[in-house]
Amino acid sequence: MSTVSWITMRGLFGRRRFLLLLPLPILLVGLAVLSRALGVTPADWGPPVLVGLGLAVVLPVVALIVGTGVLGAEIDDGTVVHVLTTPLPRWQIVLPKLAVAAGATAVTVAVPLFAAGLLADSVRLGAALAVAASVGALAYTALFVAASLLTRRPVLLGLVYVLIWEGLLSNVVTGTRVLSIQHYVIALADRLAPTNLLSTTVSVSVAAVMTALIIIAATFLSIDRLRSFSVAGETS
Amino acid sequence: MTMTNTAPAATATTTSTLDLAGVSRWYGNVVAVNNVSMSLGPGVTGLLGPNGAGKTTLLHMMAGFLTPSRGQVTLDGRPTWRNPEVYRRLGLVSEREAVHSFLTAYEFVLATAKLHKLPDPQAAARRAIDLVEMADAQDRRIGTYSKGMRQRTRVAAALVHDPQVLLLDEPFNGMDPRQRLHMMELLHSLGDAGRTILFSSHILEEVEQVSGTVQVMVAGRLAASGDFRTIRRLMTNRPHVFAIRSTDDRALAVALMAESSVSGVELGREGLTVRAGDYGAFTRMLPKVALARGVRVQQLVPEDESLESVFSYLVEA
Repeated sequence: MSTVSWITMRGLFGRRRFLLLLPLPILLVGLAVLSRALGVTPADWGPPVLVGLGLAVVLPVVALIVGTGVLGAEIDDGTVVHVLTTPLPRWQIVLPKLAVAAGATAVTVAVPLFAAGLLADSVRLGAALAVAASVGALAYTALFVAASLLTRRPVLLGLVYVLIWEGLLSNVVTGTRVLSIQHYVIALADRLAPTNLLSTTVSVSVAAVMTALIIIAATFLSIDRLRSFSVAGETS
Repeated sequence: MTMTNTAPAATATTTSTLDLAGVSRWYGNVVAVNNVSMSLGPGVTGLLGPNGAGKTTLLHMMAGFLTPSRGQVTLDGRPTWRNPEVYRRLGLVSEREAVHSFLTAYEFVLATAKLHKLPDPQAAARRAIDLVEMADAQDRRIGTYSKGMRQRTRVAAALVHDPQVLLLDEPFNGMDPRQRLHMMELLHSLGDAGRTILFSSHILEEVEQVSGTVQVMVAGRLAASGDFRTIRRLMTNRPHVFAIRSTDDRALAVALMAESSVSGVELGREGLTVRAGDYGAFTRMLPKVALARGVRVQQLVPEDESLESVFSYLVEA
């Protein structure tokens, strides 16, 4: 493991904010178990729990907390300077941080989604949701790591994207779905395990290409912004 | 208080020069640094200035953490901005007291050594920790440290790769007198070993004790540069003040008043206070005048050659 990954993991799991990640996945599994136990048909509880909660809330929110935590928190408290005053090429800082963020998000989200998918339909749906969510985790965290370097308020920017763009606009204005990671994840999951529980709005090819584009563009942007990292304007 | 011996720093095999050429930095309409040029070579230099003078902005530009709005900052001819390679030769201790509080000092310094890809990071970390006298507390989490201990840990991390250039922003903040003394000795020893050390401070006594060479910032401009005693002597518009004690103060006072280089003489119980326009002319003339009058000069002390008086003259100007 690289030193940057090690410091990032210690920082991520050593902070209390990581505990914020736990309630949402627990809620997701809890609702699935409860629905199944009460005998509610999967067609009724599947879409709101799997998509409405799992893919529309748990995945982006966990990715937001982790994605802004791996670099944004270090920028906030100034500790990023210690890593930056080393001759490491900046991609060797961004990539390990992104890997830790995507990995932590994927584990936190894929496991409960697998369980919920299994309870709703089959192992195949559970696995499809887990794989698609892991890809989504990479795209979301790449986006939120980049946001950490673009603005001093990455969480706010991330919330606007998740709540306003994906949560509100993409349900009203169909064109915005082409720029919605959530819809890419649904399309990918539906391709891996076709089911009536997921309703796709973008094609798999668009989803795959756009996800790759977002990951690559956000990563390059992060590396470039980190090269030009400026310490906030203290004039004393 | 016990005196400590600072472990001697290894002599630098090569030296580095940090150059600023016409560097300015502005934020909107506010000019933080205005057309500063300087060249820093081996030795300890104090960056002095009142709060808000632009010291931190200047240090950040030197360290590659801010791009100059105009001009260029180079280390051995290479720009510091967008050039991580400079950190092989440059160390920075920023003013902001940010450290990974969840790590121990040893883990933190070792991680820094590994990030520098040093051949023997463990040995480098131990050496740096010894240099700042943190060995006893190195296995405690940084979060439990006092401000001074955290500061020393940061200095150890900045020194772990044995940089030729070390920039420190207000390094004595939060240190107790003993730690302060130790840090001063450490900076001296690094400077004597051929490293280029620049530290900023707004406390005159700190700068005066560590370094004779100063860069004085006032309102974003470089007001003066060099040895502060030399700077003082160049301020010919300010009379130099000398305290003199002799075997016959009154007779010497009368004789000095007749000299054109003397602008005022005050006779007091402790001796004479003499104001002279030209430092060199006065110090050459005094022995001759005293000899001619048969007066023996027992003490001659320049009274306003302290950094404090130089600084106050510069700020007032």
